Amino acid sequence: MNPALQGLMTIVVGVGGCFAYFYLSNQFLDRVLFPAKGPHASRNINRASRIRPWLFLFPTAFALGLYLLYPVVGSFIRSLYNRSGDEFIGLGNYTSLIGSGEFRTAFMNNVLWALVVPAASTILGLIIAQLTDKIAWGNIAKSIIFMPMAISFVGASLIWKFVYAIDEDIGLINALRDWAGLAPIDVLQLPFWNNIFLMVILIWVQTGFAMVILSAALRGIPEETIEASILDGANPFQIFLKIQVPQITGTITVVWTTITILTLKVFDIVYAMTGGNFDTQILPSYMMQFMFRDDGRATAVAILIMLIVTPVMISNIAQARKELR
Amino acid sequence: MSTHIAGRKSGLVWATHITVAALVIIWLVPTIGLLVSSFRDRDQISESGWWKSFSSVEQAYRGRVDTVAVTRDGDLWVVEASIFTDEEVSGSFPDGSGRVTAFGDSGRAPGEYDAGTTAEIGNGETLTMQSDGSYRYTSATEPEGRGARVYFIAATPPEFTFANYETVLTSDNMDRAFINTLTVTIPATIIPILMAAFAAYALAWMDFRGRGFMIAMIVGLLVVPLQLALVPMLQLHNAVGIGQSFLGIWLAHAAFGQPLAVYLLRNYMIGLPRDIIESAKVDGATDFQIFIKIILPLSFPALAAFAIFQFLWTWNDLLIAKVFLPSSDEAKVMTVKIADDLLGSRGGDWGILATAAFVSIAVPLAVFFSLQRYLVRGLLAGSVK
Repeated sequence: MNPALQGLMTIVVGVGGCFAYFYLSNQFLDRVLFPAKGPHASRNINRASRIRPWLFLFPTAFALGLYLLYPVVGSFIRSLYNRSGDEFIGLGNYTSLIGSGEFRTAFMNNVLWALVVPAASTILGLIIAQLTDKIAWGNIAKSIIFMPMAISFVGASLIWKFVYAIDEDIGLINALRDWAGLAPIDVLQLPFWNNIFLMVILIWVQTGFAMVILSAALRGIPEETIEASILDGANPFQIFLKIQVPQITGTITVVWTTITILTLKVFDIVYAMTGGNFDTQILPSYMMQFMFRDDGRATAVAILIMLIVTPVMISNIAQARKELR
Repeated sequence: MSTHIAGRKSGLVWATHITVAALVIIWLVPTIGLLVSSFRDRDQISESGWWKSFSSVEQAYRGRVDTVAVTRDGDLWVVEASIFTDEEVSGSFPDGSGRVTAFGDSGRAPGEYDAGTTAEIGNGETLTMQSDGSYRYTSATEPEGRGARVYFIAATPPEFTFANYETVLTSDNMDRAFINTLTVTIPATIIPILMAAFAAYALAWMDFRGRGFMIAMIVGLLVVPLQLALVPMLQLHNAVGIGQSFLGIWLAHAAFGQPLAVYLLRNYMIGLPRDIIESAKVDGATDFQIFIKIILPLSFPALAAFAIFQFLWTWNDLLIAKVFLPSSDEAKVMTVKIADDLLGSRGGDWGILATAAFVSIAVPLAVFFSLQRYLVRGLLAGSVK
């Protein structure tokens, strides 16, 4: 069948199925299982209202359980088996990973990414949020800086290929070098710095996200605190650093951790720009090298990424529970 | 806010304007380069940078001395004609005129002699070419066969073309990839919204044991790396006969979108006025009715926000598409097509690369600029409360 037609059918079946499920399951509960009439009417109503939330939750809970919870266990178990999956090798995949030089490079690069990208995006986003709030065309500027959020990482990589290209008639960097009388260089092969050039792409994408959220947070600061500091003679830099920023540290933390989590998972940029060559490998792209070839290693890398993310996850859950109370 | 302070220090205001302008330019320039390059002629791309694309390009051409207009002048054979009428050249200069800056007789040095000078080109031949393209060729022997090779450098006016778009959209299966991307994206955007809306209602407005636990779990699952799901879920899909298929990727996207969807929608729904919901309950409305008639319409901004997120995410996704879709050419989405095919085989064809990239980012950019308001609202609901 034509995939587009299949897609249309899926929408109809999916949406119709969802409604039918919710409608029929509620009807079944109220009419057949625990009807709100007869001798046990009030007991039935109570029972029905204890079950109903789970009717509402079931599709989501099932999807989450199958696609996100089961894989944690499934991946872990698979990572204990060899390449073909028929022999149990314990932590063999992990030890051979840790013994491999490429893995250590990928790990160290990932650490670098997780330090540089969130810091740069958040700080730039904060500065831009503050500056654009003060000028008349600030909203246009914001819109432009926010725009890369809509672009795929693959698209962003291609866009930046036009900056990094070695041909001085294509790549802006080498055009500038040419203009200054320097020989062209391939920035994606410069040891260490190539990582930074790849990070620039993600920073370019993520700064807008940080800016939007921090701009809202800055606007939420009570005016009185700023007015008081103006009366006390504080200059704009002091107001920004000592009055405004301290009041939004909570939001800054949220933005910082959100970008950190994202940074640990993005494989597209490295994959499209260098394919992990020239010592630019990071864990997510390293994992994709093993995908379809050695599922044991691939799942082992995935579990390691999960371990790195876990502290953030725990702190997020703790935060959510605090807010619930 | 503190604008009146900055107003007094006008230097600071200027610094602000200049800094923001510089940042905006830095942010915009790479994308503009892509857009301009996608409209440029293939030859011009390799001759000059896109930033020079609005001025003429100096390019080398080659043609032949005319063999028809031969006249005798004393003991010399002479040809006087315009190089722009030569059939090898005329395609690049459709109106038959141009500006020659230099000429030569070998491909290695196509601009050896300045326009207007007379060059000895061996065998008793001379060539004089003027900047308007007219030349005078003399030879001691009668020209035979094809005319002598002539090279020259001419400025070509800037040329913009849709040729790259034609190539991308008609060959290379990029049109197919575009349809595939749409096919993946639309069901993968619509279906998870409905599932999540019901769940979010239960977590926001129904009281039951385990609610806190479910919310905590959703928050936790927000950060689970999708990499974990790839191997086990592909195995499961293969085991139940879904395999690598569109159905598989729809299911995967619908499930992976749930944590964010439920989280965003619940945050929004919990802020809806309690009175409306309670008075509906007093009037005897069931939860199902309340959800359909009150909650769903009131939650439209949050539903829109999530729909935009999910659309952008599924449209732009590379990872899930690489794993859950077949790797055959008929099933490739645009991101896979660009990353795996174009960047590899067409590595040097910058015009095609730029065009393909622009085709793939045009739809999300349109969605982004038309629905930015909802997107911002959604982001804020998800991060700051």
